[in-house]
Amino acid sequence: MSMFSLEAKLKRQALLDLAFRSLTRVSAFGVLVLLAAIIASLVIGSMPAIHAFGFGFLTSPEWDPVNDKFGALIPIVGTLITSGIALLIAIPVSFGIAIFLTELSPRILRRPLGIAIELLAGIPSIIYGMWGLFVFAPLFADHVEPWLNDHIGPLPFIGEFFMGAPMGIGILTASIILSIMVIPFITSVMRDVFDVVPTLLKESAYGLGATTWEVMWKVVLPYTKVGVAGGIMLGLGRALGETMAVTFVIGNAHELSKSLLNPGNSISSALANEFTEAIGELYTSSLIELGLILFFITFVVLSLARYMLYKLGKREGQAA
Amino acid sequence: MTNNSLYTRRRIINGAGLTISVLAMGFGLFWLCWILWTLLANGLPALTAAVFTQMTPPPGSSGGLLNAIVGSLMMTVLGTIIGTPIGILAGTYLAEFGQRGWMAPVTRFINDILLSAPSIVIGLFVYEVYVVQIKHFSGWAGALALAILVIPIVIRTTENMLRLVPSTLREAAAALGAPQWKIINFVTLRAARAGIITGIMLAIARISGETAPLLFTALNNQFWSSNMDQPMASLPGVIFQFAMSPYEDWKSLAWAGALLITLSVLTLNILARVLFRQSSNTH
Repeated sequence: MSMFSLEAKLKRQALLDLAFRSLTRVSAFGVLVLLAAIIASLVIGSMPAIHAFGFGFLTSPEWDPVNDKFGALIPIVGTLITSGIALLIAIPVSFGIAIFLTELSPRILRRPLGIAIELLAGIPSIIYGMWGLFVFAPLFADHVEPWLNDHIGPLPFIGEFFMGAPMGIGILTASIILSIMVIPFITSVMRDVFDVVPTLLKESAYGLGATTWEVMWKVVLPYTKVGVAGGIMLGLGRALGETMAVTFVIGNAHELSKSLLNPGNSISSALANEFTEAIGELYTSSLIELGLILFFITFVVLSLARYMLYKLGKREGQAA
Repeated sequence: MTNNSLYTRRRIINGAGLTISVLAMGFGLFWLCWILWTLLANGLPALTAAVFTQMTPPPGSSGGLLNAIVGSLMMTVLGTIIGTPIGILAGTYLAEFGQRGWMAPVTRFINDILLSAPSIVIGLFVYEVYVVQIKHFSGWAGALALAILVIPIVIRTTENMLRLVPSTLREAAAALGAPQWKIINFVTLRAARAGIITGIMLAIARISGETAPLLFTALNNQFWSSNMDQPMASLPGVIFQFAMSPYEDWKSLAWAGALLITLSVLTLNILARVLFRQSSNTH
């Protein structure tokens, strides 16, 4: 083999290397382009609404397709409230499940039970919606909501949030179903970050005579609090953008009422219900602006989540 | 004495906390069982042969879900085919070439956000950039929206799996004089194959149940259509339409579809885990 052909071969391989590297680089760059394109298309699409309503769009409760008057307040509030209540329920439950799976569960059950909880995340959201509408909401209306009316309704301050016609569908029902949907996400992050805690630290606490609960509450949780917060934010991000399940049970009413039992609306369900039927540029554009607002909120929440998880990961690196 | 009472108090708190934790576990399992039970109870009686052989019916008459099943399969498969290569390539970049510079960390961060971005917004995006341009809803638009959901999942798993490949393997290949593109394609990617396939399966499971991104892209279609350039029926879309309707025939078809979709998604999920576990045991 002559030197010349070897050189040509090496050159060819170097070229192929360059081509392959560029190909992967372009693909990775595609992700950045994708994000930029999503933001740009949403901004362009919502321009007519931004011009027509300005910042008033964010604070106006009006939603009147007939007279072309639109405001985003009700869906924004609906999205925030349902996600907030969902987290209130999901955080303690996820913490309990994570403790169970990391500390209490017998070794053989750990894997199947862990998968079972993860399957909750696998069930498509439309299934949650159907089950919520046909099974959960009627039971809730017959048995739970009258009880809330009778027992919590008369209480001062919080009472008025639980007074209302027991219809089954409404903000509270949507929140409960959302909470079931985000439990697996928060649980899985909590399990991951609990595993980060050095065994030495836990064993030291046990050696000093701490109970399992004290180890979890006073050693594991403080050590992992940033990561746990990140997991909660991740769950919040999921809850904010959840569409189909909420659309089925929230009632889709453009109303702002104090009672959590009354129907309301969220950004994603307003989009799912109205977008294909929206007539006129301003109507469509207002809906796209709703999408833009939703994207913005989730972007901020998810960025915070990633930042927190990253901080915990860095600390793990230092400790090792 | 005080020592003893403190001890008792701590034991009670411990007992209460752990009991609550067991209850929380039960709470989680309870919903899973309830939902699956509902699906089986309502879906099984509705799951007849007609579901697989007939088209979606007009209101008030019986029929099947054939066009929706085929539409879902076509869009899911195409979405996966479009999204997977891009995801694998970008994931390879992050794991193998991204040690220096700003691009890899930024891409990783953006990708993690896209991973949990609301899927309905992805639907809006495809509507804006594709449906509006060609002026009608189409199966391609649906597949495109699903592909955008596939990409971040595949990127994430590809990168994670490539990072698990020991660098001695790369060094051994490099010492034999293999060029980098060969090392990555024939050594590292091959070593990470099982993990990457798991990721792809999880991505398929995720998109086959997605409804929101299809609403403004593929829309729906009452009739048989295998033309990707036309509006296309999908299983989740038909379930949405039929479940919200007042007709009993439609509702029972919706339950049949719901059962079908959940079973396939959960089977994919479990299969992916079992497959991954087996392969990581043999290594």
